[in-house]
Amino acid sequence: MNSLVAFLRRVLNLCRKELKVILKDPAGRMVLFAPVLVQSLIFGYAATLDLRQAPYALLDQDHGEAATALVARIESSGAFQRAATLRNESDIPPIVNAGDVLFVVHIPPRFESRLSNGEDTPVQLVLDARNSVSAGTAAGYLGTIVSRFNADWRKEHGGGEVPLTVDVRSWYNPNLETRWFMMTAMIANLSMLQTLMLTALSVAREREQGTFDQLLVTPCTPTEIMIGKSVPSIIVGLAQASLVVLITSLWFRIPPAGSLVTLYTALLVFTLAAVGIGLAISALAVSMQQAMLYTFVLMMPLVLLSGMTTPIANMPVVMQWFTMIDPARYGIHMVHRVYLEGVGLHAVLADILPLLAIAAVTLPTAAWLFRHRLT
Amino acid sequence: MSTANRSGFARRLIALVRKEVKQLLRDRSNLMVGIALPGVLILIFGYGLSFDVKHAPVAVVLEDPSPMANDVMAGMRLSPYLDPKPVHDMHAAEALMADREVNAILRIPSDFSRRLHLGDAHLQLILHGADANTARTVQGYVESSLQAWAAEQEQRAGDTATPIGMVHLEQRLWFNEANTSTWFLVPGLLVLITTLVGAFLTALVMAREWERGTLEALFVTPVRPLEILLAKIIPYFVVGLIGLAMCLLAARFLFEVPLRGSLLLIVLLSVFYMFVALGIGLLISAVTKNQFNASQIALIASFLPALMLSGFIYDLRNMPWPVQVVGHALPATYYLEALKSLFLAGNLWSMVLRNCAILFGYAVVLLAAARLKTRKRIG
Repeated sequence: MNSLVAFLRRVLNLCRKELKVILKDPAGRMVLFAPVLVQSLIFGYAATLDLRQAPYALLDQDHGEAATALVARIESSGAFQRAATLRNESDIPPIVNAGDVLFVVHIPPRFESRLSNGEDTPVQLVLDARNSVSAGTAAGYLGTIVSRFNADWRKEHGGGEVPLTVDVRSWYNPNLETRWFMMTAMIANLSMLQTLMLTALSVAREREQGTFDQLLVTPCTPTEIMIGKSVPSIIVGLAQASLVVLITSLWFRIPPAGSLVTLYTALLVFTLAAVGIGLAISALAVSMQQAMLYTFVLMMPLVLLSGMTTPIANMPVVMQWFTMIDPARYGIHMVHRVYLEGVGLHAVLADILPLLAIAAVTLPTAAWLFRHRLT
Repeated sequence: MSTANRSGFARRLIALVRKEVKQLLRDRSNLMVGIALPGVLILIFGYGLSFDVKHAPVAVVLEDPSPMANDVMAGMRLSPYLDPKPVHDMHAAEALMADREVNAILRIPSDFSRRLHLGDAHLQLILHGADANTARTVQGYVESSLQAWAAEQEQRAGDTATPIGMVHLEQRLWFNEANTSTWFLVPGLLVLITTLVGAFLTALVMAREWERGTLEALFVTPVRPLEILLAKIIPYFVVGLIGLAMCLLAARFLFEVPLRGSLLLIVLLSVFYMFVALGIGLLISAVTKNQFNASQIALIASFLPALMLSGFIYDLRNMPWPVQVVGHALPATYYLEALKSLFLAGNLWSMVLRNCAILFGYAVVLLAAARLKTRKRIG
């Protein structure tokens, strides 16, 4: 019993010391929270695949009522804004080449008369696919606009209702905004980034400054030192996650559907897995610079393949296998499920178990590496 | 005298460069960021990341057991983008959706075929909205597959006495006929890797020297600040060139991205941008003089914007205007714009030359600022 108390006291003292090191000077405190703020805002505002007032050019060679009605539909959607009105087909290449517009809508002559004659009437759509995602999204929006136009045209010209109507609803993100996806992913992402970086640096800093030997001659065991190094990183990581949660819910007004208790339980397991990786890095690195570079080299694939940038289902099978050992994959999925879908803890077990497995591998490895490197 | 001066300059510079190269090669972690990470990024961006949805699983709830309803599903099977999975009730479909086994639910209600004969059938499509972009793409594929099916039905019926006109979109994709996101991601890799080596790695390495006072040791020697800077720039410039060569080779031979413009222009632009990145890196290190802060600032001020605000993945045109203003202040944006056009569109001279000039201007200003901040002063 006494030994347990002594153990806890030593760990607590180590934690207190570590937190003081992290938070001691104003510049250090700034570096902990300013980047989180900046990244949240950048991701919230910039990381969008939704079209908003995307510039397009119109070449209307018909000028009839039907053509005008079609154009009005395109422009009232809010997704597109006319940046230029062209006169000839030869105007199309220069404006697309220059990248001034995302696409050109070309309504050919005799558009209305052909349509009234019951013909299948083409409208040409020239898309600048240098950004293939924007081009694809624009084509999708325009396809929907044209089919609505067709349905109404049919009704007005005695064709009755369209035989088949699709009523679309979207769960968990009613307006299909990329931001909902991104900001919630950032909650997991930033807490991992910071936990990993701080843990990796904590030991490396002591090594570089020569204080690690002093730590070793204290009565603390290597396990206690490891715990003392990881707990503060987890606390800071969770504090940063909380900052992102606040920005997501209060600034961007994305309502959390699930309970915060579930969210934080999930995040705690997640940061534990990150700590294991961070400690392993810090055992391997001999200097702060190495610790930072190793962290960075590892972070890039972990984040890029986590499913945040592009869906895991789109990847080739081999890459999908790799994502099975990526904690960010489970962390982000977990936060999405809790925050957007509002599921309980039992539903995210499928994510928690792999994370526990990752922690169960990395933490003992780190402990082993520590002992190994110390001797 | 002047020749003696010049030879002294050359000798000192060569000695310094040799020292830097040794320092660079000595630490494996530098090479990991300089050479291995670009390789990994090339593989991830070329093979791993893709916005192209294929075989998206969709649960089809057949509440109407009629052949007509089955026919709708068969129509969806024809699409290479969709993978319909029949289920018997909404309950089962919702369970699949909750586990994200499917991206969407298409519900065919029990009165479907009856109402179809009346010309007023409704289908319900429920999307898993968490990943908004995928949801929208799947919606587009499902809707167009259903429309194709409906059109076919009508044709088969062939009873319309007065045909009613329909507008259809003739879609043409310029510059990316293959319609693959790889073509659009790979040119951006050049930006990412050059920024990584030039700004991030250089800032970190140089800040370490400031922090540990090893630069001060150099200050007491006869070398000049300009020589110290040049000696730092040269090895990292070479590492950057290796990354550039790797990217170009991978783009050409692994991913078969077309190269429609001039290779020479791409190299020229890249050299200019590399000087810009090196300038940013040196400036950050000279201002912060602290490794951790330098790495954080290099991430926030150079790497992250190059990834997020340059139009690399996310189209600048969709961002709110203040973000667009920031994006247009970034050198990476101009490098990327010119690169994408050189790869996919060809030599659009006016834009390429303008962007070259902008990058050159940035390089001069940033390197001059770095030179001003690097003084032989102990503080």
